[in-house]
Amino acid sequence: MSDRLLEKVAELYSGKVYRGAKELRGSLLVVEGPFSAAYGEVVRILDADGRERVGRVLETGIGYALVEVLGEVEGLSTDVAIKFTGSTFKVRVSEDVLGRMFNGRFEPIDGMPPIVRGELRGIEGAPINPVAREYPRDFVQTGVSAIDGMLSLVRGQKLPIFSVSGLPHNRLAAQIARQATVRGEGESFAVVFAGIGLRREEAEFFIEQFRELGALDRMVVVLNLAEDPVVERLMAPRIALTIAEYLAFDLGMHVLTIMTDMTNYCEALREISAARGEVPGRLGYPGYMYSDLATIYERAGMIKGRRGSLTLLPILTMPGGDLRHPIPDLTGYITEGQVILSQELHARGIYPPVNVLPSLSRLMKSGIGPGRTREDHPYVADQLYDAYSRGVRARDLARIVGEMNLSERMRLYLKFADAFESEFLSQGFYENRSVEETLDRAWKVLSILPEEELVRIPQRIIEKYHPKYR
Amino acid sequence: MGEGRRGVVAKVSGPIVVAKGVEGVELGEVVYVGEERLLGEVVRVSAESFTIQVYEDTEGLRPGEPVEATGRLLTAELGPGLLAAVFDGIQRPLSEVAKVSGPFVRRGVRVNALPRNARWHFKPLARKGAKLSPGDVFGVVQETPLVEHRLMVPFDVSGRVREVAPEGDYTVEDPVLTLESGGRLVELTLKQEWPVRQPRPHAGALPLTEPLITGQRVIDAFFPVAKGGAVAIPGGFGTGKTVTLHKIAMHSDSRIVVYVGCGERGNEIAEMLEEFSKLTDPATGRPILERSVIIANTSNMPVSAREASIYMGITIAEYYRDQGYDVTLIADSTSRWAEAIREAASRLGEIPVEEGYPAYLADSIARFYERAGRVRALGSPERVGSVTILGAVSPPGGDFSEPVTVYTLRFVGGMWALDTELAYRRHFPAINWIRSFSQYADTLEGWWSKNVSPDFPQYRRRALRLLALASEVESIASVVGESALPDEQRLVLLASEILKEGFLRQTAMRGEDVFCKPEKQYWLLKLMIDFFERAYELVKRRVPVEEIARIPEIYEMQRVKEDERGLEAVKELYGRVMGRLEELAGKYGLRAGGSA
Ligand SMILES: Nc1ncnc2c1ncn2[C@@H]1O[C@H](COP(=O)(O)OP(=O)(O)O)[C@@H](O)[C@H]1O
Ligand SMILES: [Mg+2]
Repeated sequence: MSDRLLEKVAELYSGKVYRGAKELRGSLLVVEGPFSAAYGEVVRILDADGRERVGRVLETGIGYALVEVLGEVEGLSTDVAIKFTGSTFKVRVSEDVLGRMFNGRFEPIDGMPPIVRGELRGIEGAPINPVAREYPRDFVQTGVSAIDGMLSLVRGQKLPIFSVSGLPHNRLAAQIARQATVRGEGESFAVVFAGIGLRREEAEFFIEQFRELGALDRMVVVLNLAEDPVVERLMAPRIALTIAEYLAFDLGMHVLTIMTDMTNYCEALREISAARGEVPGRLGYPGYMYSDLATIYERAGMIKGRRGSLTLLPILTMPGGDLRHPIPDLTGYITEGQVILSQELHARGIYPPVNVLPSLSRLMKSGIGPGRTREDHPYVADQLYDAYSRGVRARDLARIVGEMNLSERMRLYLKFADAFESEFLSQGFYENRSVEETLDRAWKVLSILPEEELVRIPQRIIEKYHPKYR
Repeated sequence: MGEGRRGVVAKVSGPIVVAKGVEGVELGEVVYVGEERLLGEVVRVSAESFTIQVYEDTEGLRPGEPVEATGRLLTAELGPGLLAAVFDGIQRPLSEVAKVSGPFVRRGVRVNALPRNARWHFKPLARKGAKLSPGDVFGVVQETPLVEHRLMVPFDVSGRVREVAPEGDYTVEDPVLTLESGGRLVELTLKQEWPVRQPRPHAGALPLTEPLITGQRVIDAFFPVAKGGAVAIPGGFGTGKTVTLHKIAMHSDSRIVVYVGCGERGNEIAEMLEEFSKLTDPATGRPILERSVIIANTSNMPVSAREASIYMGITIAEYYRDQGYDVTLIADSTSRWAEAIREAASRLGEIPVEEGYPAYLADSIARFYERAGRVRALGSPERVGSVTILGAVSPPGGDFSEPVTVYTLRFVGGMWALDTELAYRRHFPAINWIRSFSQYADTLEGWWSKNVSPDFPQYRRRALRLLALASEVESIASVVGESALPDEQRLVLLASEILKEGFLRQTAMRGEDVFCKPEKQYWLLKLMIDFFERAYELVKRRVPVEEIARIPEIYEMQRVKEDERGLEAVKELYGRVMGRLEELAGKYGLRAGGSA
């Protein structure tokens, strides 16, 4: 070990320090010595050049520990000094985090000093006790017809956007963050933004959006850029959620957490799993990816007797646009629905290009209807799904047999599908529609169909809301 | 504490801990690990050390910390206090956990499965001097207004009654009966234990002859499950596994429901608790929570406890079966359980054979489903009970050829195959009527003939035939267009559309149609099939299909299931539909009832 390193050690670390690792394998260090490290303990690692890195104990035995180095391993050798910190990875939370920006190690990147006030919390969080959960049912008006009308979001829900590179998922998320309100309550959301493996422009787009809103003081940014260390992609969403949980369940705020791009997260997980030499699962992703993602997504929710809520809006890009790819597939199994964007609709100039048929909001049913939105809402949504799916089938059929050979009924459905896309689905980036306007537009397009086709809407509701009777 | 044998932690890697320093450790033995006494189970034993799967988060655990081997297997605590409770995978009551650790589950919380301070009103049924054998009912406790809890002599005890406590209030720890057995005195309390991985014995399996009435038409009429049977419900995400199983848990005619939320969402448990507290049993007006046991090991809770949760659930189900009840065990989702098995195997370095699963996956699935059945219980008085297993399967990418789905289908008697296309159209329940099957259907037709109508089986078969035919016609139509089809085929499409919308589709959310009684199911089927067959005769005899498509009752047939007048509305509509067809026959100069 070099003298320089020894000096540095003396300067930085007090107490016991271990020198020299037995082996360095990828990002894993094997350290031996007369210690017993705690599983998950944070380790400080100083290399011969005096550069400090952070690591985490992945496996611990009597007289040895396997340490995973967080961050860059380039330039690292076995000539290192290692200090066990005695604790697991924690972040400090207090109101001071509001308005701040951090990297994936919770270091400030806004030129301001680190957070010194507040409680230290482990970033893994603890599972919400299922019996302590308050079932979410407060309708959030996003002002976007596709979502409010057919995929309603409620406070405390985890609802991801499944997209493909090049589609306007970031715009849609920004529009939602800008417009989201709970009807009857003036209160707006605090936003926690986790950027995972993002390109700088993408990150700047979001920050610019919030600046425009004047919402920067109600916002916390945790940013891991594409050029930042891969391991920190796993930490960024957990840091963001630890902060979001604090704001929601300690301070009672309504928090909207946007996480993008979860595909980068999953790829980091795969890369690190491979480095650990674990048995790969489907397409090389580790077998525990479902459980791992669940420890992130399940942190959304509401808690009985607490005021706040944690709503989660993750964004992911489906590799190859394939919904069956393990990333969207496992996500869909965990989240409370999914909003799927379509290349085809986008190519036809429709914004937001939401393909409503495979999309779903599982919590919609309890957030809409009389007293929440409007009594016709559940029926209208059901009928829109039915009619639009028929319209799309008619369109496909027309491509094969020609529109002329469609039955008259099918031709009407085709006409419906066109109107649905242009008058209901499409809207502007700055267009904020009330849920009443959304439902009225739905009725307008439904009225293209003869009344007998509206089998999913009770007669009483038809007579009250159908344009013909109004 | 600490009457167990003590050793030390040698290595920690996630939930897998290697320990040493204890002699004679056995596989499956329960071990407390570390200063915080985290619960674990021995999964491997070697000469110097043994490996423990820990059921709680091990972050912060260090080599050198103590372990304590208990000499006991992982057991379920059985007795009054199970109903209306929510447990995690290792039977900690979650509301008690919340009292200790707040809204987040912290680890190392030790609470008893059954409350120790609750007093239950015990009524003895055994008399002093009587000879009791394993399984004999020696007393009862009204556990909830809905369920009488029958206290049984544990399976490893028999003997003469030396003392019986008088009727009165006791806790689960108070002795209520003393047996003299081979010179030894054994005190029985209201609770007993059973190792969860072992099936509870019984006096013999019985044939499955009675359906579990779910109130879901597509299930009861087409793909029924017998009480004591086992059915898998596979489907991609969002196809309706959970909603279907919740509705069955709520409305089916089983006496006890054990619901295992295994690696799924926390909000679904919250929702279920709300719904089960609100929905009341029609006979007594009591909330159905009082006949339910919920086990919740959600996706973010420790994976190893998820593996245990399924066994915990089935053991509790068997215990109520032995009391003489029809029990439904619901597992949502068995795929998450299989994944927990995979994760443990992989951490132990076992050789993966298929998609990472160990070679014993098929065996584990088989042994789980084999615990379904209808049986005569051990002991007297004579009791017959059943455990019906309904297991959700979550195939990756919705692909049914993956190992968990494939093996499961080998060991169940039925499948409700959920269909993504139907779900996209919001046709719920999205049970595919071509791919699904039930091996119980043939035997259960007997029940329907006897209890509903002798011609039910015929209608069932005709309806299934119509649907199969329609699916062929649809594929032709997708090539040539519907307008190019002959009238008979267009009628097939029309009639199948009515059947799909008016019979198969059943919204779970509101109103009259949430539960459909068998008799109404029969009448709806009769309405649609008789309509189709009579109309078919007319079309064959040159009545244009457009004429038939125009009759206003077509719309009504699709809606009548929701009519609040129930069965009456269906019967009334039946009359009108048949009348309308006769009118048409008259208009075209065809004699009424003429044969085709
Ligand atoms: N029987 C049903 N009636 C009405 N809607 C249903 C029904 N089954 C499923 N759904 C809809 O589909 C969504 C997903 O169903 P769910 O059972 O949660 O799917 P899975 O468990 O297969 O992922 C529900 O939130 C609901 O909107
Ligand atoms: Mg589900």
